[in-house]
Amino acid sequence: MTRPLLARVRPTRREFLKTAGSVTTVALTIGFEWLGPSRRAAAVVAGPSVFAPNAFLRIGADNSVTIIAKHVEMGQGAYTGIATVLAEELDADWAQVRVESAPANAKLYANLVFGTMQGTGGSSAMANSWMQLREAGAKGRAMLLSAASQEWKVPVTELSVDKGVISHPASKRQATFGALAIKAAALPVPDKVTLKDPKDFKLIGHQLPRVDVPAKVDGTAQFTLDVALPGMLVALLKRPPLFGATVKSFDATAASAVPGVVKVVQVPHGVAVVAMSFWAAKQGREALAVEWDETQAEKRSTSQIMDEYRHLAEQPAASARKVGDAAPAIKNAAHTVSASYEFPYLAHAPMEPLDAVVKLTASSCEIWAGDQFQTMDQANAAKTAGLDPLKVSIHTLYAGGSFGRRANVWSDYIVEAVSIAKAYGADGTPIKLQWTREDDIQGGLYRPMYFHKIEAGLNEKKELVAWRQVIVGQSIMAGGPFEVMVKNGIDPTSVEGAATMAYDIPNIDVELATTKNPVPVLWWRVVGSSHTTFAVETFIDEVAHAAGKDPFAFRRDLLKAEPRMKAVLELAAEQAGWSSGPLPKGKGRGIAVAEAFKTYVAQVAEVTVDDAGRVTVDRVVCAVDCGIPINPDVIAAQMEGGIGFGLGAVMFSAITLKNGRVEQDNFNNFRVLRINEMPKVEVHIVQSSEAPTGVGEPGVAPIGPAVANAIFAATGTRIHILPFPKPSKT
Amino acid sequence: MSTSFVLNGAPTTLDADPAMPLLWAIREVARLPGTKFGCGMALCGACTVHVNGAAVRSCVMPLSTVAGKQVTTIEGLQSKPAKAVQAAWIQLQVPQCGYCQSGQVMSATALLENNAAPTDADIDAAMSGNICRCATYSRIRAAIHAAAQSIKA
Repeated sequence: MTRPLLARVRPTRREFLKTAGSVTTVALTIGFEWLGPSRRAAAVVAGPSVFAPNAFLRIGADNSVTIIAKHVEMGQGAYTGIATVLAEELDADWAQVRVESAPANAKLYANLVFGTMQGTGGSSAMANSWMQLREAGAKGRAMLLSAASQEWKVPVTELSVDKGVISHPASKRQATFGALAIKAAALPVPDKVTLKDPKDFKLIGHQLPRVDVPAKVDGTAQFTLDVALPGMLVALLKRPPLFGATVKSFDATAASAVPGVVKVVQVPHGVAVVAMSFWAAKQGREALAVEWDETQAEKRSTSQIMDEYRHLAEQPAASARKVGDAAPAIKNAAHTVSASYEFPYLAHAPMEPLDAVVKLTASSCEIWAGDQFQTMDQANAAKTAGLDPLKVSIHTLYAGGSFGRRANVWSDYIVEAVSIAKAYGADGTPIKLQWTREDDIQGGLYRPMYFHKIEAGLNEKKELVAWRQVIVGQSIMAGGPFEVMVKNGIDPTSVEGAATMAYDIPNIDVELATTKNPVPVLWWRVVGSSHTTFAVETFIDEVAHAAGKDPFAFRRDLLKAEPRMKAVLELAAEQAGWSSGPLPKGKGRGIAVAEAFKTYVAQVAEVTVDDAGRVTVDRVVCAVDCGIPINPDVIAAQMEGGIGFGLGAVMFSAITLKNGRVEQDNFNNFRVLRINEMPKVEVHIVQSSEAPTGVGEPGVAPIGPAVANAIFAATGTRIHILPFPKPSKT
Repeated sequence: MSTSFVLNGAPTTLDADPAMPLLWAIREVARLPGTKFGCGMALCGACTVHVNGAAVRSCVMPLSTVAGKQVTTIEGLQSKPAKAVQAAWIQLQVPQCGYCQSGQVMSATALLENNAAPTDADIDAAMSGNICRCATYSRIRAAIHAAAQSIKA
């Protein structure tokens, strides 16, 4: 493995800057050469430990560099980003780097963005890792240098490090990290280290291949679905048909008669069938007869819930943001614009249906899962099992997607699995709880339904002078430990993107009416901005139209005090050829911009709408500013994926209830985007010297409004209800 | 009851309920975990394997229906198109969460084994049954074209 891994793909620093200017354009023609074996992202295999200067780094005598990731890898590229940041300051060879998941340990592995809890979310992995892991790498490097200095009896200042090899050029001596590991381990950890000047970065900002890709191409990547322990049983849980219903009674006779069914047990969430195989458990569950107590259950339809929300939007609500006084300004305005918006419940529907393996005894609990909230899950599992949290260990595996679903304060699927293992007898039998797709689509913890009402006032010069927005919907943070973040009746996740709107308007009033019902809700990729950006960015388009102004120029003029937001808007417009004149009949171009988790994204969409109303999104140009780009190709991939994820949702996806029952159950009626519906995507990354921010979620926010605005440009029709209307004929 | 067939080139007899979907027989009886469970209704393609060279959804195919047939899973891919697909997947860094990718690779391989130079419309037709929630679709398309090119070269 002496061939330089990056030689073919990485331009020199100078070329990189020269070709990039202020922008790096990532195209699919950039290739990677994979030289490493697929061992590099083993999720649970412990490597040899010789030198471990901190909780994030182990260097083995075999010259392996193992980086311990406290964030879950669920597709967003966290393992690669984490490894890049640490390996950069360590000056490791990318080919010697492997990644391993951290155990649950809040003291060592808390997410610094969250505070004291270990977990992944809010697109925070890179923001959290930036200083912490660079320092971890730099300390390791300093100790290896000291070890070489002592070994060779030369000053540290005469040593250099490159690709995992320490050299003393004057005496032509060289040693690998592995060769110096034992000596370095005996040295004290320095208190302070100097971090690199970004101009000296060799890995950060370059096109490194992801550590997890080879194993995800040959089928060897290990997900929770793939855990197979000796004597392991499979459990399926029959859950209530209505949210808020409970088990009244059950008859296990027929289920128990299914060959392979071992035991039927009741748990707080339903009745579980524990069997020798998935197939037996599934047949057993189908044969299981349960009578439900539905007295406390939600029995309304979503149309009735939306009626309630529409009514609430006319009532006084809590203030999320107040600048000037919007109501009188609108009343006295020369021109007014108003609209209301309806957003459905949405399931996350990750490709890997939820699953967890639990091995529970009277004194210990071991969990395997694509775990996203490790210490929260540890605490909830401990409470369920009646154990001390320290007796609960968690092996975090690759998650087959999540989009927020695996990060919940109830640890729902983990607690179900522990409850089943407990009811089974807590005898150390490993039990895998497997959700089916139907369980996933009908299982709740949805992105909440929302209703927005927005009014705007323009003066005689057709300048936007007032904005009043009322948002109605359930609170994601209510009823859990994050409820402390709800202040004065405002759950920030309900209003972010609206209350934080960047446009400079003299009178702004954003209000929130928080509703309650038994349908459990949760953050869904890009959280509040999954609805607020649609409302804000399609409405600002309507206002621009009413003002007789170009929607791009109108936005730009309102963003004078927001240089980063304005810059991505201008970059997307420029790259999309916004000023190149109108598209042919039946086609349209739309623009939208958003800030989410301190990352700025603008997108221009081009659509074709045929006579039947069928929408094809032909092209999306995306500009993103996420601070210093750690891995431009991962950033591009997250923008592409975010666009596809968000586009499928606005075009097709909705969870609806009829008399309390979820009407969807699988991908035939909970439609998501397919390959034939994916637009061409071009991503342009702003070169920045700001600290890095996340990219997993922000790319989702602008796509819906950009496409809706493009549909308006093509047809003159505005979209106020999601998902988009079905074509008149198919 | 047992069912005999050829699994990844090796004559195999699995002792399992003949009604058990092939997916679960492959995963839990033959212990080959590369093929994934996504929907159980042939709607997402995560479970795609080859039966006598054709891409099929193993989650709805009873084990008994493959008696005497050739079944290939991600673990058994050997053909030139398969290797080209996997190399292109790495070159273009297709996977994100990776869970659907075994199925994507199996569908793409079957496409290239039957069509050396697929058009975008051919790719849509062959791949629209494979859902990727990470929406790696642009790269899947580019990687299939790249693999076709590399086979020709």
